[in-house]
This record gives sequence, C-alpha cells and structure tokens, in this order.
Amino acid sequence: MIEIPLEKWTGKVREITLGATAAEGGTRTKTVTVGGETTLPFLEFEGSLPHATAIAIEVQDLPPTEWPTLLTEVWGEAMQNPGTWAKSAEARGADLIFLQFTAHDGLNADHAKKTVRQVLQATGLPLIVFGPGQADLDNDVLVAVAEEAKGERLLLGACEDKNYRTIVATALANGHLVNARSPMDVNLAKQLNILVSDMGLPLDRIIMDPTTGALGYGIEYGYSVMERQRLAALQGDNMLQQPMLVTPGEEAWRTKEARVGADMPTSWGDGVERAINWEVLTTSTLIQAGANIVVLRHPESVKRIKKQEFI
Amino acid sequence: MALTGLQIYKLLPGSSKNAEVKKHANCKECGFPTCLAFAMKLAQKQVELAQCPYVEEEAKSQLEESAAPPIRLITLTAHGRKLEVGHETVMFRHDKTFYHQPGLFVKVKDTQADAVDIAKAVNNYWVDYVGMCLALDGLAIEADGGDFAATVATIAPLAASPDAGGGHLILLTEDPTLAEAGLQAAKNIRPLLYAATPTNWQAMAKLAVQYKVPLVVATPKGSSLDDLANLADQVRAAGVEDIVLDPGVRDSRGSVQVLTQLRRLALKKNERRLGYPTLAFANNDPILAAQHIAKYAGFVLFDQFSPATIYPLLVTRSNIFTDPQKPIQVQPGIYEINNPKPTSPLMVTTNFSITYFAVANEVESSGVPSWLLVADAEGMSVLTAWAAGKFDAERIAKSINSTGIADKLNHKRLIIPGHVAVLMGELEEALPGWDIKVGPREAVDLPNYLKLVANS
Ligand code: B12
Ligand code: SF4
Repeated sequence: MIEIPLEKWTGKVREITLGATAAEGGTRTKTVTVGGETTLPFLEFEGSLPHATAIAIEVQDLPPTEWPTLLTEVWGEAMQNPGTWAKSAEARGADLIFLQFTAHDGLNADHAKKTVRQVLQATGLPLIVFGPGQADLDNDVLVAVAEEAKGERLLLGACEDKNYRTIVATALANGHLVNARSPMDVNLAKQLNILVSDMGLPLDRIIMDPTTGALGYGIEYGYSVMERQRLAALQGDNMLQQPMLVTPGEEAWRTKEARVGADMPTSWGDGVERAINWEVLTTSTLIQAGANIVVLRHPESVKRIKKQEFI
Repeated sequence: MALTGLQIYKLLPGSSKNAEVKKHANCKECGFPTCLAFAMKLAQKQVELAQCPYVEEEAKSQLEESAAPPIRLITLTAHGRKLEVGHETVMFRHDKTFYHQPGLFVKVKDTQADAVDIAKAVNNYWVDYVGMCLALDGLAIEADGGDFAATVATIAPLAASPDAGGGHLILLTEDPTLAEAGLQAAKNIRPLLYAATPTNWQAMAKLAVQYKVPLVVATPKGSSLDDLANLADQVRAAGVEDIVLDPGVRDSRGSVQVLTQLRRLALKKNERRLGYPTLAFANNDPILAAQHIAKYAGFVLFDQFSPATIYPLLVTRSNIFTDPQKPIQVQPGIYEINNPKPTSPLMVTTNFSITYFAVANEVESSGVPSWLLVADAEGMSVLTAWAAGKFDAERIAKSINSTGIADKLNHKRLIIPGHVAVLMGELEEALPGWDIKVGPREAVDLPNYLKLVANS
C-alpha cells in the first residue's frame, strides 16, 4: 500500500476579516475573510483551506493617465468618479475594492476624505486604501482616510519600515488593518510584522505584502519569497502567519508586453489577449505561491481567475 | 531508499566476508584513508563508486540502485536535438533549483484539417526573452479516427527552425496497432508513446522495448496511486526503463494534489515505482498549463497554438526554472546600438539581463544610434541595485572612467534611468564636467525620448 506522505504542519495562517458591517461598527454590506490555511495552496488532503483567494479590483482617485488604452477603455466613463468606478468593479466580480490614491496637486486631506466617502457610499464591499507611495503623502492621505472611515476595518497601505508608525497609529485609533509591505525578503517581512505588532496592533489586523514582480520581470523572486513565508507560517513561525496580499495587476500592466498593443513581432501575438494573459498568469502563479488577496486591474482577468475552479 | 554512510560501508570491501575482497580493506586506492571515509563521501554523493576497484558485484548493484536519482531522467530526441525531463531533486525552487523545464507540447488530432499547418507554426515558433530564445518542444499527435500514421509521417520530418527548440513528438493512442504504425512513421525520432493502460500495457510495453522509446503509464480517473505504481512496475518488469506517469486526474485542484503527492513519494519516500516524471493535460487553459509548469509536471500538453498565450507560458516556464542562486546577467561594458557616432547619446543601465534587454531592445527599435553603458551592478535591476548600493554615483562614475567611453564621444552628456533621478546631484559631483540627464522611468518610453534628444 502506498501511503500518501503528509507534512505535519504545526502552524496556521491567521484568519483575518476585512470590512465591518453595521452590527460591527461599520457600514459594509459584507465582509471578506482570508487566511486560516493549515497547509499549502490546494493541498486539502493534508489540511484545511477555509477561504478562497480574494480578488480586489483597483480603482484610482483620479482617472489614470498612465494606463494603456486597452485597460482604460474597458472602464470607460466609470473612471471619471471613484464611486462609479467602484460600483462598476463590484458589478464585475470584485470581492474587495482597492482604492489607490495617486500623487497630484489636488491631493490633500479633504480630497482623501471626500474620495473615500464616495467609494464607501457607492459599494458595500470592504475597502483597501493605498497612498501614492511617498512616505509623507501616504501619512497625510491615510490618516485622513482612517478618520473619515472610522470603524470600517479598512486595510491601509502600503505600510513600510520607513512610514509604519503614523499608519499603524491611525489604524489603531480608528479600528483599521494595515498592509505591511517589505521588499521581497523573509526576514524583513518578519521584522516589519514585529515592529507593527509591537505598537499594539493585534496580529489579526496585519496583512503582509511581500511585493512582487510581473511575469518576466522578477516574478520568480516574489514567488519564492512567498513560498518561504508560507512554509515558515506552517512550520509555526508566529510572526510570519499573516495572510499575503500582492499586486499583480499593477506589476503586469507596467510591462511592455501589456502596454504596447498590436504593433509587435508576430511571436508576441494579439495585443489584448497577450496583455490579459500577462495579468492572469502573473496572478495565478502568485496564487500557487500562497497569495490570499490579489489586486487586479482588468475585469476580464478577474473573470478568468474566478472561473478557475481552484479558487 | 538512499543509503546512509554506515549502510554503504557494510557493502564495501572493509566489511566483506570474502577474504579475497576483504584484504583490500583501507587500501586507500579510492583516494580516502579508509573504506568508511569513502562510504561517507559516497553517501553525500561527492564521489563515484567506480573510484574503488574492489567493490563486489552484488554490492555494486545495491549501491547503484541507491545512488539512482529519485526521479528518472527521460530523454526524447528529434532532428539532432534532445529534450530532457526529470531528475528533479527538490519540492521548492528555493531549496536548490528546478533543473529540467517541463516539455511544452501542442496537441493536434489526426482528424484536424489544419494539423500540419499548426505543426509548422509550432515548430517555427520562437520568441526572444532577455536574449534567450524561448520555444515550444513539439507536437502531441492524437489518434482520433483519422489517418494516424500518415499524419505522423507528415509532421515528423518537419524540422524546427534553427532558432526554435521544437520538433519532438508525443504519440497519443491506446491502440497498439496504431501506436506501432505511428512509431514506424516517426522515423529518426525518439518520441514519447502515450499510453500503457491497465488493458493494453503488455502490447504497449513490447512496442516501447522494440522501438526503444519512453512510455507513459496511465491509469484512468478514479484510480489510486497503488494502481499507478503497480502498472508502472509491471511495465518496468516487461523491460521498459524510461517511464512517464499520468495519474489520470484532469481538474486543476486534483492535479496539483496528485502531482505533489507523486513528487513527495519520489523525493521523500524514495518510492522507486513512482520515481518518474509526469505528464499533464492543460486542454485550452493557460492557467492550468502555468500551474502544471510550477507544480510538478514533466510534460504539459496544450490544445491550442496562439502566440499571445504561448509567449507568457514560455516566460512562466523560464522564470520558474531560473536558478535562484544566480541572477541572469550580461557582461558589463559599452554596448554599441545602431552604429553610434561620437555625437550619439550615452545611457547607463545595470547588468541584470532583464534590465539590459528591456533597455537595449527599446533603443534598438528606436533606430537612434546610441551608446549604452552597462555598469557592473552584480546582476541587479536598477532599483534593487540602487537600494543595495550597487548602482550609485561612485559605481557609475567608475564605469564611465574605466571603460574610457569619454574618448569615443564628442560630448559629456549621460542619460540615467528615471527611477534613479535622485542620483543626479551626486553624479554631477562624481563626474565633473558631465551633464546628467534624467531619462524616462520605463524603457518603453525610451524611443520617443531618444527621438526628441536626437532632434534637439
Ligand atoms: C526582483 C526584485 C528584487 C530581487 C533582485 C532581482 C535582481 N536580480 O535585481 C531581490 C529579491 C534579490 C531583491 C532584493 C532587494 N530589493 Co528588490 N525588488 C525587486 C522588484 C520586485 C523588481 C525589480 C525588477 O527586476 N524590475 C524589472 C527591471 C527590468 O526593472 P529596472 O531594472 O528598473 O529597469 C526598468 C527601468 O528602470 C528602465 N531602465 C533601466 N535602465 C535604464 C536606463 C535608462 C537610461 C532609462 C531611461 C531607463 C532605464 O527600463 C526597465 C524597464 O522599464 C522591485 C519592485 C518592483 N516591482 O519593481 C523590488 C525593489 C527594486 N527592491 C527593493 C529593495 C529595497 C530591495 C532590497 C534592498 C531589500 C533588502 N534589504 O533585502 C534588496 C537588495 C538586494 C541585496 N541587498 O541583495 C525596492 C527598492 C526601493 C527603493 N525605491 O528604494 C523595490 C522597489 C521594492 C520596494 N517597493 O520596496 N529585489
Ligand atoms: S579503494 Fe577505498 S573503499 Fe575500496 S577498498 Fe580501498 S580503501 Fe576501501
């Protein structure tokens, strides 16, 4: 008799819920729970995988100027207003709305509050809110957003070693979660989780974000770091048991393969199909490595990832 | 089971009961002071058994058995090319590396009117990815009621273009008569034969032995791994050494599970009966194909040939199978693109292959004659190298000075990547007299930028 070899994992990924309903002090019509795994992705024969990977669709505070047309044209008019955009994203299958603030002259606390209010009113889905990625701007925007949406259990990011204090403090004060981002390094991820939790934020309010690269542009580094982080979690490393969020949409749509469209060698194939495949395969590969939340941009990619029975 | 040093020692001359053999004990001819020391090295697979001239025959076969790789290497040949699959040693690429990329095959049916056209397209397909030529491996031809032998005979001689890697064949039929006709038609090629099943295995095994081809052992959906192991064992006992496994699971979740189990059984339990690469079907689904690439298939069969899907799949395969210990790098130095002149612009980038080719391809396609200085950033991307202190003003200045690029130019203007605009001030100090220009952030925007520069 062949005995199927089972790994005796001692650890478990933390179960974390995003969003709060009215009963829980927020206004969301539903919440999303991720994590809880006691084995590697899809290996139910040796453990439990209580929650599917959640899909967030990215919405920006202003219509993006740097997105290629084949991406902007599918969203069309909806992009003119973050609320309508979020509503459209919900209709197209999002589990979560990922609201990305961008750096521009009109970016200030008022704009941030108004925008997050619009999105909260337009959709009942839980929200992830990211600042533009510059420490001082991030602090301004995220503090305003956190206060405006007090009690909603937003996921705030990106919280990095250089700016974690302000973001964690406001998450603590206003009942939110943080997305702890580290540059593809197991030890740095662990260290940042420790720093954040040392400020008093409970571990069930920290998602970790190992950063990622697109297919063809460094995905293998992120893939392996994610596998190592997940293995560490299952082996019982308490400080690496956070669910993982990655942003394959942003990475994939930066690549040339997704941006250039048709005017390319025939070996590159149809532009639209190639671009979508780039986002889809970046995403599905990261799901194999243990991604709990994936942030996508194109609705067709969302559809294809969702259709996969594995999710 | 792999043997421990002590177990090996019990099989070496030092432990022999035969006095003729025993007398050589600790003779040092293997290069080690004692048989035990040699045994320890053998256990770590650091030496060859052949270094000891006195090992007894029986011990030899036991030792060789234990030294055999846990997953057998399977080789297909066609048109002077080899495709090698198997020999994997780890579950995760970060544990060491994955060695042999799975073969990627496009499936056609002998009833399909365009089978030969597809075959030509598959064999001629290749795409340049960071200076590497990525290609498909060949065709899987399925007997579907058409003229199987004729289809194989037409496709087999279609050599791949010199750049591509294709030309290999998998013959898909469970009918031994058709299989034999196919094998005869696949002249000068060593294809993979699919498949031996619980009902036809004797005839298929006979063909595999006679035509010296590897054979897939396939159990139907719902079978256990015991069924698969037993079937593989029977086929092996019938003389087939090169075996590939198809456990018959077709859904994505189920196949990740069973392929993981097979890999674990081979690597961790040294289950010899299942120590072979696997074959998996991806139908028309690129997500499933990508899953099979990452999670343990040795051969992946895909039902459609469309460059927009094949290109990202080939890149997925290449990325997952890159050795994690060595980033792919290019030689630092000066690269001349489009025959630059002394007036042509000078740009600097790092020696990470992905970075270099992203930039070089754009500069080339812009048609603007240019100089590209590739700094030694230890194979890291622009931002990674910058963050790691391997692409700073000092290093850039050093490569400007050591390459003597200034002598080839009649200007002192250096374009730096937009992502490291912060280096501007320091560079102006490190390179007195140079005018530092910040280029675009992404290489895609270089052609427009260069045309502007060239016209100004
Ligand atoms: C893969 C990766 C790694 C890999 C390294 C891969 C490698 N061989 O370089 C690993 C995991 C090892 C790694 C390590 C680190 N990384 Co890292 N890494 C990345 C990642 C995900 C992708 C980088 C990449 O390959 N990009 C693709 C290449 C092609 O891009 P590129 O080189 O920039 O080239 C493009 C442009 O710059 C432009 N371009 C290039 N040359 C030129 C020239 C001219 C003239 C022009 C105009 C344009 C141009 O064209 C290219 C295509 O558009 C990025 C995040 C991200 N998603 O971008 C982080 C990132 C670069 N890493 C980062 C950091 C901090 C690190 C570490 C320091 C972390 C740590 N402490 O361990 C280490 C440093 C390495 C070390 N100490 O050993 C940070 C840098 C932060 C910053 N802005 O300062 C980033 C941005 C992640 C983040 N957001 O924090 N990293
Ligand atoms: S060659 Fe080495 S292993 Fe063989 S008998 Fe002599 S000492 Fe022992």
